[in-house]
Amino acid sequence: MIAGMVLRSLDRGAIAFLATLAAIGILVPVLNLLVPATSPFHLSSYFVALFGKYLCFALLALSIDLIWGYCGILSLGHGAFFALGGYAMGMYLMRQIGTRGVYAHPVLPDFMVFLNWPELPVYWYGFQHFAYAAFMVLFVPGLLAFVFGWFAFRSRVTGVYLSIITQALTFALMLGFFRNNFGFGGNNGLTDFKDILGFNVQAPGTRAALFMISAFALMLGFVICRVIVSSKFGKVLVAIRDAEARTRFLGYRVEAYKLFVFTLSACMAGVAGALYVPQVGIINPSEFSPGNSIEAVIWVAVGGRGTLTGAVLGAVLVNYGKTYFTSGFLAPYWLFVLGGLFIAVTLLLPRGIVGTVHHWWGQWRERQAGARAAAGATRVPDASPRPAE
Amino acid sequence: MGAFGDRFIALVLALGVLAAVITPARAGPYEDALAHFTADSFDQTIEGINAVATSGNAFAAPVISALQEGRLFFSADSKRVFIREPGDRLIDAATGQPVAADPPDLAPVRLNNRLRRIVEAALGSLTLMAPDPGKRLEAAQAVLKSKDPNALPALDQAIAKESDARVKLALTEARAAVVLYSDNASDDDKLDAIALIRQRGDQDALALLGGLPASASPAVKKAASEAIASVQNSLALWTAVQNAWYGLSLGSVLLLAAIGLAITFGVMGVINMAHGEMVMLGAYTTFVVQEVIRARNPALFDYSLAIAIPLAFLVAGFVGILIERGIIRFLYGRPLETLLATWGLSLIIQQAVRTAFGPTNKDVGNPSWMSGSFDLGHITITYNRLWIIVFTLLIFVGLLGLLRFTRFGLEMRAVTQNRAMAASMGIRTSRIDALTFGLGSGIAGLAGVALSQIDNVSPNLGQGYIIDSFMVVVFGGVGNLWGTLVGAFTLGIANKFLEPYAGAVLGKIAILVLIILFIQKRPRGLFALKGRAVEA
Repeated sequence: MIAGMVLRSLDRGAIAFLATLAAIGILVPVLNLLVPATSPFHLSSYFVALFGKYLCFALLALSIDLIWGYCGILSLGHGAFFALGGYAMGMYLMRQIGTRGVYAHPVLPDFMVFLNWPELPVYWYGFQHFAYAAFMVLFVPGLLAFVFGWFAFRSRVTGVYLSIITQALTFALMLGFFRNNFGFGGNNGLTDFKDILGFNVQAPGTRAALFMISAFALMLGFVICRVIVSSKFGKVLVAIRDAEARTRFLGYRVEAYKLFVFTLSACMAGVAGALYVPQVGIINPSEFSPGNSIEAVIWVAVGGRGTLTGAVLGAVLVNYGKTYFTSGFLAPYWLFVLGGLFIAVTLLLPRGIVGTVHHWWGQWRERQAGARAAAGATRVPDASPRPAE
Repeated sequence: MGAFGDRFIALVLALGVLAAVITPARAGPYEDALAHFTADSFDQTIEGINAVATSGNAFAAPVISALQEGRLFFSADSKRVFIREPGDRLIDAATGQPVAADPPDLAPVRLNNRLRRIVEAALGSLTLMAPDPGKRLEAAQAVLKSKDPNALPALDQAIAKESDARVKLALTEARAAVVLYSDNASDDDKLDAIALIRQRGDQDALALLGGLPASASPAVKKAASEAIASVQNSLALWTAVQNAWYGLSLGSVLLLAAIGLAITFGVMGVINMAHGEMVMLGAYTTFVVQEVIRARNPALFDYSLAIAIPLAFLVAGFVGILIERGIIRFLYGRPLETLLATWGLSLIIQQAVRTAFGPTNKDVGNPSWMSGSFDLGHITITYNRLWIIVFTLLIFVGLLGLLRFTRFGLEMRAVTQNRAMAASMGIRTSRIDALTFGLGSGIAGLAGVALSQIDNVSPNLGQGYIIDSFMVVVFGGVGNLWGTLVGAFTLGIANKFLEPYAGAVLGKIAILVLIILFIQKRPRGLFALKGRAVEA
């Protein structure tokens, strides 16, 4: 039954997208590991790590597109869920260091020894087990989103109000995680990782595997989103996006729908963060900064919200642009470009790249159909979801 | 060398002047007292110290301080006392005249620890009569701490002569402390003393009352413990007053930052994430004005803020109108897009300022009338904080007046309440939109002038305020300036009262969490506009 649902949810575009992702997920590690470094087809480990990072961002963007593009919830605090997932993974990686730390303490991470903590705080218990950490990656962001969403949606905090308090949420978390006595390494965060599941995180093989896993997670996230938005549940979400009060009057429990999709989205963001941390080798409180969350929203806007593929494309494109700009003499101009992107996309390209292409495609099809059946044939409706307030 | 040399010169001058006035020396209590030093016995020296200290002679202080520093010598044969000056010159302590040759049996007046204490106390009582009121105040405070019973006669003398009210109070309090700790004062005197110390009501008073010797009578002890309770109460009250003051000060800063936002967000419904950058532009305008003044006409520096205020309003207001005409007017009715576009704009403005002025903090000075502080009861109030509160309230009142009494305000309210109706009454709504946005931005610029006085002027200045300002507006209720006022001061005061318990950062987190919870309860803020619409 599930297979049927999945198959039904995938149109031609989605299948092409998944196939491309799968090809990238297999080809990149192969070109990195098996092709000799002298060959022109060889991909450097730097490239693998960089694009592995982009895949994590793409998953984050996907989670934002699910709630913003299909349910009209603009969260400016999704970076918080991303960072919480990252911290859960970082805690596991810290526990794996064991006696190889600077202070060689068997249990306590270096920063706790440095700060004279007598013993491991309770909330660090269990993180030496990967399964527990993996569970926390989903559970902590999910729980926070559930509690926060339960309060917010039930009292009908919507629109910009919701955006502003999600921003306050991530800001509060950032202030908290910057404190040493929170027990998450303060300013420096968690870093200096050694092993993940017994493999060296720095080794090219591990990096390639992480890349594959990220690609797979992104595919899985895409399929889940696709199943949701193409089901009847997804139609209700779109109804909530376009006319929340009317949907409520029709008898749907708007809060429950929003809460479910918000929590799911937070879990996806948590997974993205958890995959991000071993690939970049550090997690620190600046990941909570409100600026990061807003930047993630613009990836979605650039790619086109309410398209899913657009979110992924936007995340990769904008981040590639960021890497390109910030690594050379153009570095001082990156913020001009990013700021300009925010303005240009909202003013000139409100549908985003993928949304605009869809739109043109739809118009072209309409014209074709109109020309074919000039004598009163039925019009092909525009199938792509329309971004609206 | 500096202090030493100064003291030396002062001493020589004093001695010289005095020598001219009092010579030839007449035999009097001072000369008799000096004779005690020549006996070379500790008991005699004590008598000598006390006698010299109470003689009222102008030489008394130099003699005792010479004794303290081991520079007092005597000749047993001639019964004369000498002071060895730092320049190795010897002067006769009785006459102040230099001595040509050292007497053959010159010997230092010896001291032991008991005597050193007495010397210190004597010096303390002597400075009680010093001509400089600051010195007298210090001496009174020293006696209050030492509670030395020997100082009592000197204190009485000093109180009788004292004309400065502040010093007199300090002296009476010092006397009360001495009486309270002396073994031979009557209980009545002690009770009076307790009442006096109770009035002082600070930490010193608590220490005095708390450290009573066990030998004190029950009545005194009881009065003391009552006084302690009362002092503690009043201290707690003062702490609360101080927190409230800090809270008002923080609240005024929040209000300043938020009030422009209350216009753009509250009245127009536009989410302007670049609002903080308007504040930053105002602060940089102040910086530029001060730079120009420093370079051209430093005498005008005290007026720099008066010049910067209208300029900052114009600069930020002009940029605001540009933003409205260039970007925001295309996005009305799409608040989430406005949010993103203005965020992008804030990045651009920040980076532009960083490129133009550099990423470091800029030095913006305080004019003389804004620096310094004064004491009110037990709290210290700095002038810059006080002026900012006044400035904020002036802006608030001005804005209320503008909205209430001018044609522009009337049109603005009309457009807010019913755009279509206002348009059909002949109001050019798009012009009002631009002016309203310019007004909100201009006020943010004014906030920047004020904040440049208490915060670092850097390209990131505005970012620090944007979340707080949104919190204030959302908490107070959108579309209501009074709500913004109440919201800002509530948040400011709550923050400062939480800080002592939770620390600055945790206090801030607690406030954010409380606001998040509060918005759940009242999604439209404290002073929400009442209406029956399903979606406001």
